[in-house]
Amino acid sequence: MVDASSSAHGDLILKNLTKSFGEFIAVDDLDLVIPEGSFFALLGPSGCGKTTTLRMVAGLEEPTSGTIFIGKSEITYEKPYKRPVNTVFQNYALFPHLSIYENIAFGLRRRGVKNVDDQVQKALDLVELTHLASRKPNQLSGGQQQRIALARAIVNRPALLLLDEPLGALDLKLRRAMQIELKWIQTEVGITFVHVTHDQEEAMTMADTIAVMNEGKIEQMGSPADLYDNPRTSFVANFLGQSNLIKGSILDASGNSAVVDIFGTKIGLPVDRNHAHDSSVLVGIRPEKIRIAPVGTQMNGNILEGGVISDASYIGVSTQYQVEMPWGQELMVFEQNDDGTPPLSKGDPVILSWSPIFTFGLAGDQDVNAGSEAHPEIE
Amino acid sequence: MSTALMHTGTHEKKPVLTKKKLLPYWLLAPGIVWLFIFFLVPIYQLISTSTQTQGYGIGTYVQTYRFANFIDAITSSRAQLFRSFEYAFLATSFALIISYPLAYAVAFKSGRWKNTLLVLIVAPFFCSFLLRTVAWEQILGEQGVVIKTLRFLHIMGAQGHLTATPFAVVAGLTYNFLPFMTLPLYASLERIDIRMMEASGDLYANAFTTFRRVTVPLSMPGVVAGTLLTFIPAAGDYINAELLGNPGTKMIGNVIEARYLAIVDYPGAAALSLILMVTIMILVMAYVKRAGTEELV
Repeated sequence: MVDASSSAHGDLILKNLTKSFGEFIAVDDLDLVIPEGSFFALLGPSGCGKTTTLRMVAGLEEPTSGTIFIGKSEITYEKPYKRPVNTVFQNYALFPHLSIYENIAFGLRRRGVKNVDDQVQKALDLVELTHLASRKPNQLSGGQQQRIALARAIVNRPALLLLDEPLGALDLKLRRAMQIELKWIQTEVGITFVHVTHDQEEAMTMADTIAVMNEGKIEQMGSPADLYDNPRTSFVANFLGQSNLIKGSILDASGNSAVVDIFGTKIGLPVDRNHAHDSSVLVGIRPEKIRIAPVGTQMNGNILEGGVISDASYIGVSTQYQVEMPWGQELMVFEQNDDGTPPLSKGDPVILSWSPIFTFGLAGDQDVNAGSEAHPEIE
Repeated sequence: MSTALMHTGTHEKKPVLTKKKLLPYWLLAPGIVWLFIFFLVPIYQLISTSTQTQGYGIGTYVQTYRFANFIDAITSSRAQLFRSFEYAFLATSFALIISYPLAYAVAFKSGRWKNTLLVLIVAPFFCSFLLRTVAWEQILGEQGVVIKTLRFLHIMGAQGHLTATPFAVVAGLTYNFLPFMTLPLYASLERIDIRMMEASGDLYANAFTTFRRVTVPLSMPGVVAGTLLTFIPAAGDYINAELLGNPGTKMIGNVIEARYLAIVDYPGAAALSLILMVTIMILVMAYVKRAGTEELV
């Protein structure tokens, strides 16, 4: 039996990978190692080069320079049909003239596998659609087509499964269900999944490791928690969730906690969470980490005074405040509605505080709004 | 209906509804009248004529319900009838072989030349069918390039010729109906989602297997449409056989033409026309059923 997985396995290694279309550089000198067996997400706004990267790994696009390895074997210029790689295409690309069964059997038949029937049944079982084997793709719902596309790829047991915005065409509820199912299937089959998406929630729900891409480069790579809690660039801070970024200058960085001056107030910033190169810094804090209270309340940690609520919206689980600070910036504060106190209202003077350990510091020369305008549909 | 009720009130309900209901028929009326005058009436006349017999004087016929006209027609023109289908089949096959790569190239490989190429495919229509066929007489004729080249290369002897041969007739048919094959093929190839081919490559199919297993099946609607649009007119054609053929290459169209215009045997011509029509219809229905492309179109 010819087994795709036997020809190559191991980590996916991209070295100095570059792809330019004329003047436009889609992927810029990318270095990346994706460990075998992991669920990896390439996250970024449209046009950031994530899909181009995926297509180069699939063999649908030829790199301008650089190399692609799976384990020890190089596949940079290998024909797509010779790679131990399968793809779940955006909008699925199921063959409309073939039955569901034949769609799934397609790859097995091309490789001359003997027990096609057995493996197709197993793949159908995995996605729980055994009863639809004889249907044609256009008789299936979007969610069912999505699963068949997955089964058609997985049945080949590739070393690497590429998913190109696999849930993009599904509605929100189905998308949530499929996220959990995809994660489960990945754990079940143990194949390396490389998932391309612009949806940060999707990436965070499923992936072990996320690489945030912007303008052909990787901005930051890490676990979802790492990226969210300790972003290194303003793009990551704004693209993954929302952030308050306040300009400041580092006064003293000699201890474990640096002292930062922001518009006359001194706050603490853990030195290991500071990514600024010099004294100019963007102090970052996530909106849900900030506590908000009426003026006069006793608070500790990092404290900012003089704020006035400019907008308050009650959204059930939490209340979202916009607080205008004396220096004119509006800060976001999300407060859980869990302590029974009545929500504050517009015009109330307030005091903000947060635990210093949640503070992060970014290089001060960056655009405060980078990544926030690139945000996809916020649900 | 309920919205009409709400807006117009109960008093005006009837006329509004009737008007609305009648609208589609009014829109269809010109087409129906056209079909009636130019299709149903002639067909009725054709059927009626096919069973008539000679009356007093040339060109006058009376209805005698002589169904033996059909048997006479078949027995006297069986050779030409079979030849028509044979030539039409050959021309369709050659047109398919020529058109498929052409349509494929225009659909997938032509880039910014696509529109120019499409115009070039349609360009022959700017010139009359008859003129183009006469031109083929020149091309294949004694002084033409083709003969001279073949003789120079010693592929053909000094006595060999191309005009007035079955080859010339089939070549003429192929040429004349080529756009009818190319355009539907192009339309159907162009509609194929390029990701289908990418998915096929991704699933271990090489270029040839992808073509055979994905591209060809997905272009079947175009193949069926193209072959029908070529085969049907080619089977009934008489211009090509007339201008490029010899007495031994006469097709059924030539026989019908001669019976109508030269021999003035209207019933025989009508009977042959009907036989041709019915045979083509049966062949087409069997073909479409066999091709089974309903779910693709």
